Parts: sequence; structure tokens; C-alpha cells
Amino acid sequence: MASVTVYGTPLSPAVSRVLACLFEKDVDFKLAPVDMAKGQHKSPDFLKLQPFGQVPAFQDELTTVFESRAICKYICNKYPEKGNQTLMGGRDGGLLAQTSVDQWLEAEGQSFNPPSSALVFQLAFAPMFGFKQDPAAIEQNEAKLANVLDVYDRRLGESKFLAGDDFTLADLAHLPNGHILVSKNEDLFMSRKNVGRWWVEISARPAWKKVVEMQNAPLG
Amino acid sequence: MAGVKIYGKPISTCTARVLLCLEEVGAEYQLVSINMPSGEHKGPAHLARNPFGQIPALEDGDLVLFESRAISKYVLRKYKESGTDLLKEGNLAESAMVEVWLEAESQQYNPAISPIVWQSLIVPKMYGGTPDQAIIDSSLEKLKKVLEVYEARLSKSKYLAGNFFSLADLSHFPFTRYLMITPYASVFESYPHVKAWWEDITSRPAFKKVSAGMLGS
Repeated sequence: MASVTVYGTPLSPAVSRVLACLFEKDVDFKLAPVDMAKGQHKSPDFLKLQPFGQVPAFQDELTTVFESRAICKYICNKYPEKGNQTLMGGRDGGLLAQTSVDQWLEAEGQSFNPPSSALVFQLAFAPMFGFKQDPAAIEQNEAKLANVLDVYDRRLGESKFLAGDDFTLADLAHLPNGHILVSKNEDLFMSRKNVGRWWVEISARPAWKKVVEMQNAPLG
Repeated sequence: MAGVKIYGKPISTCTARVLLCLEEVGAEYQLVSINMPSGEHKGPAHLARNPFGQIPALEDGDLVLFESRAISKYVLRKYKESGTDLLKEGNLAESAMVEVWLEAESQQYNPAISPIVWQSLIVPKMYGGTPDQAIIDSSLEKLKKVLEVYEARLSKSKYLAGNFFSLADLSHFPFTRYLMITPYASVFESYPHVKAWWEDITSRPAFKKVSAGMLGS
């Protein structure tokens, strides 16, 4: 029986980041939908779970956690023996392995996330919700993201995954925005040899495929 | 234990974040200056430490690290025997809250406050440019919404992660320190618990020491 509840929709990149981690760790959970169209994420009840009024929120018998990257780390810390045991560093990697994961997770959060989220909004969510696209914003953010992916391409020429030899949270964190961007313009990733190789590998993981199935499931 | 090397500048916000951690744990360290105006941060020697060409970077023996929040965690874990525990990794619920509010700093607070500091202080003082008031104004509105959440939190909890000072609080220092020397410092007046929290954390000896190396001290 799941004591874990995730609040949000699988279509939200941040929610899907958490779902990917739960599937990697083989941790059972219940998904509680949050109706963003009706403003449920700004309701007093939801704000008690997530005071910034955003998804996801995560609750178990011990605590309530928000911010998707913090939730992922909590899941890894709470269930060290379950599922994938190298998400926060190698099996016997200790401090150095954990630090490498932290470093590349910060790179995702600080360098990859801002331009990729802006592009996800422009290319996927704006048309979906009837907002006008901003060509200047698209151009600027594509240029910024290109610089980041150039750094990644060099790194992934020396290292199988971002933090080292194992798939970790640092790679996982890129799946949600990467998935949307590749569906809109696969050239960004696939024109770079090492980034392309890495993307094919991480997006083929069974845990991520389960998340995509949830995203594609019919509503209702 | 030999000290670590930090490549950066004491006036840089992200370097200051790391220096604060080193001061809090009482570690020995060497600060190696990187000459930004001459583009040293984009040269091959520094790119080998930080492939994004940014400061700070840390060297500890063979280990090289970038991203100030990751470096901060490394420092706090390496020196955890010092008795200063700003991560609470021995307690699942407490460490979760440290991560939550460190992410809040990273994903909510920082994107709102850093454009204000960048436009009103760094652009004119370091680059001789003109502040973009539209960016400042829209960022101020975002910052106020974030500060409303912080006010509610700090009305119930002495520090962000709980009743203990942690890396989550510390991480807010550098950009807030710089906001306080701009005309926009007054925004904190409307949030008394946030203001009290700020006065508390800036009274710490580590904060006074790092602050003295920053602009406007």
C-alpha cells in the first residue's frame, strides 16, 4: 500500500521528474491530480502542501516535500536499498561520487533548466494554451541552450553519463525538458554526437518510458 | 588536513557563498583570484576547472568542482567533524527541509533577486552601463511574491528549514547582501519576519567576515 502521494499532472515537467525517480527506485505511489485549469494549485488546501502554488508536492508518513530536485533526493535518501542504488553516486563511491552528482544536478538546475524551460514554454505550452509565441525569446534561448549543450558534448565525450560511469539523478533531471524539446526539434540534441548518444540512452530507460506512457494516457 | 583552493573573487556572489561555508566550519583555504575583466575565467586554465567559464571553482588535491551550491555541500560534508552541521544529513526529515529551502533559494528566490542586483548594481558599477528599469520592476514584483511565502514560513519557523540555521539560509546571503546596498533594500521593510531573519543571520561572525570582502562594505 502506497504511503507516498505525488500531487500534480504527469504532463508537468517538474512532476514527471519526480515520477521518473519513483519508477527508478521501484517505490509505489499514488498520483493525486491537481486541476491547474481550475486554479486548484492556488487553493488554500494546496498552498498548505506547496506554498509557492506549484506542482509537484510530495507527501509520505514522515513529511511533505516540494521542489522536484529536493523530492528526488529525499526519495533516494529514504529508500537507499530499493531499485536503482546509484542515482546519488556509485555503489561505493562515497563523498566524491555524491559530489559529482550534486555538481551536474546544479548544472542542470542553473544552466540547462532556464533556457530549456523557456523553450518548452514557447514551443509546447504556448501553442497548447493559446499564447502567442515570441520569436526573439525562442532565438535567444536556443542560443543559450546551444552553449550549454556544447559543454555537455565535451563532458559526454569523456564520461558515459554526466556525473560518471553510472546513470544518476543528474542525467534524470534532464529527461522532462529534453523529451519535449527533442519532439519539437531533435537537431538541438542529435546534431551533437555525444549528447545524442547520451540522450538516446537515458530516454530509453524503462522508468522514463513508464512516465511517457502516463503522459500519453487519455484524460478522464 | 591541507586546505582547499577556491578560484574566484571575494566580491562575487557565488564565491561568497562558498567562502561563507568555509568560514562557518573554520576550514583553512586559499583564495586564488581570477581576473574577470581580462577574461581569465574563459581561458583554457580556468575552463579546465569550470567548463561553463564561471567562478567559483574548488580544487582539493585531485578533485576539481564547480557550481557554488555543490561546492558548499562538499565543504560542509568534508568538515562535518568541525561540529557545524548545516546539512542535517543524520536526520531524514530535517535534511529534506534543508534541500527544499535550498531549492527554493535556487529556483524561486535567486531568479527574482539576481536581475535586480545585476541591473541596479553590477551593470552600472562593473560595466559602466545603464540599468534596465523594466527588468528591475518586473523582478521586484516576482521577489515580493516570493517574500510573501518566506514571511509566512518565517512566522512559523525560526530559520527556513526549521528551528536550526542551515545551508538553506546561508545560500540567500550573497545576493541579499547586495540588494541591501541598492535603493530596493526597502522591499524587506514590508516583511518583518524576513527582516528579522536577515538581521539574525547577518550577525554571525562568518557573515561579517565575508561581507567585509564584498562591495559596499
